[in-house]
Amino acid sequence: MKISFVLNDRPTTVEVEPSMLLSEVIRETLSMTGTHVGCDTSQCGACVVHVNGKSVKSCTLLAPAVEGADIRTVEGLSGDTGPLHPMQQAFRDNHGLQCGFCTPGMLMAALDLVSHNPDPAESDIREWLEGNICRCTGYQNIVKSVIAGAAAMRQAS
Amino acid sequence: MKPFAYHKPDSVSAAVALLAAHANAVPLAGGMTLVPTMKQRLAGPDHIVDLSGIAGLSGVSMDGGTLVIGASTRHADVASSELVLAKLPALARLAGRIGDQQVRHRGTIGGSIANNDPAADYPAAVLALGADIVTDRRSIRADDFFIDMFETALEPGEIVTSVRFPLPDAAAYCKFANPASRYALAGVFVAKTGDAVRVAVTGAASAVFRAGDIETALSESFEPSALERISIDASGLMADIHADSEYRAQLVMVMARRAVAMALSPG
Ligand SMILES: Cc1cc2nc3c(=O)[nH]c(=O)nc-3n(C[C@H](O)[C@H](O)[C@H](O)COP(=O)(O)OP(=O)(O)OC[C@H]3O[C@@H](n4cnc5c(N)ncnc54)[C@H](O)[C@@H]3O)c2cc1C
Ligand code: FES
Ligand code: FES
Repeated sequence: MKISFVLNDRPTTVEVEPSMLLSEVIRETLSMTGTHVGCDTSQCGACVVHVNGKSVKSCTLLAPAVEGADIRTVEGLSGDTGPLHPMQQAFRDNHGLQCGFCTPGMLMAALDLVSHNPDPAESDIREWLEGNICRCTGYQNIVKSVIAGAAAMRQAS
Repeated sequence: MKPFAYHKPDSVSAAVALLAAHANAVPLAGGMTLVPTMKQRLAGPDHIVDLSGIAGLSGVSMDGGTLVIGASTRHADVASSELVLAKLPALARLAGRIGDQQVRHRGTIGGSIANNDPAADYPAAVLALGADIVTDRRSIRADDFFIDMFETALEPGEIVTSVRFPLPDAAAYCKFANPASRYALAGVFVAKTGDAVRVAVTGAASAVFRAGDIETALSESFEPSALERISIDASGLMADIHADSEYRAQLVMVMARRAVAMALSPG
């Protein structure tokens, strides 16, 4: 079947099997590998993308369910050549990643939080990132990065 | 995942017709349980009937003194609903602690109760509050709905359309969450309406159940101290790598006392 959606501001139409996952459509059909698949069992959050502005696990969404949706992946944050998004820059500045495997999901989940809570407390961040697992950092610097990224975004707006 | 045909009807009657017309057809709500079980091949439907295109199946409203929640209403939307926060804050709090935020953005109340996972949160609220489960063909009392692990009174092809919650005088839900999944190792919902107290326990046994001894003690005195000399029998409870049945029995009493304290001083 054919499905159409907007991906990082670009209208996109692809031919899919109904049993394909959104994560497969993004990574395999469209060759955009910024979105990671860690567990494939809905637990780790590496695959988080925005669908209609809300963070969701793309490994647990059937492709037909995103017909007509507005989708944003980590590639949509700063474009191919533009400067990093303030949240990406904050992760870089604050050592918010080591191997980087969890980072796309962390960024997309954090940006969803900041979109309606521009100045989140540490407890808000920890609660919101409950579904994002990082095996490297111990989370301290991820929380620090989100606080810094949110502050940079407030300043920019 | 096994291939299947995908249908997205725009009315309840069309969805029911599709489910009746095809063998091995199942409804899809948020997919937060169904998709993982299909990946593991624990489920292999030939037809998926996606309920998300049906207008009117989601949303929260009051009908007289009853809070009505559409089956397709997402956990995050129940948690943040002004109406639920005002009328039944214990339910908003429960919904806001299901899984994680990304699960709450997709998962629905209808999917949760139709699935009847032994560790799911909503069944405790539905049973303790004595809610009615409305389907395409009838209304089912909570006491008759939850049968056993992953088993409900729903007939094949029957679709939950809404859940109707009578409003209690006081209510609260307290769970001891599995730190990995957030599912309940033991969760207790207490609800007091007039002199009647209903208490439902999830996570501890093969399905949600009402705890009669706790209800009796709390109907005499709705105070945490009323539960000090009560225990529940561990022999029927679940035991797994996370908790043995004695530990679960202990957790149930702790969660029950905390829930009563919370119901007495919400906030
Ligand atoms: C990582 C993770 C953590 C979780 N943690 C928790 C937790 O802490 N507590 C908790 O309670 N749950 C938890 N869940 C489960 C979550 O709440 C699910 O959303 C819910 O159990 C199923 O709802 P759904 O809308 O996603 O249904 P689906 O997965 O779409 O469907 C589930 C089942 O119900 C059937 N169904 C769906 N809608 C209807 C309907 N209207 N009428 C009849 N049948 C229907 C489907 O055919 C299927 O068999 C978790 C899930 C994940 C992935
Ligand atoms: S890959 Fe989707 S949650 Fe882990
Ligand atoms: S940086 Fe390695 S998993 Fe998070």
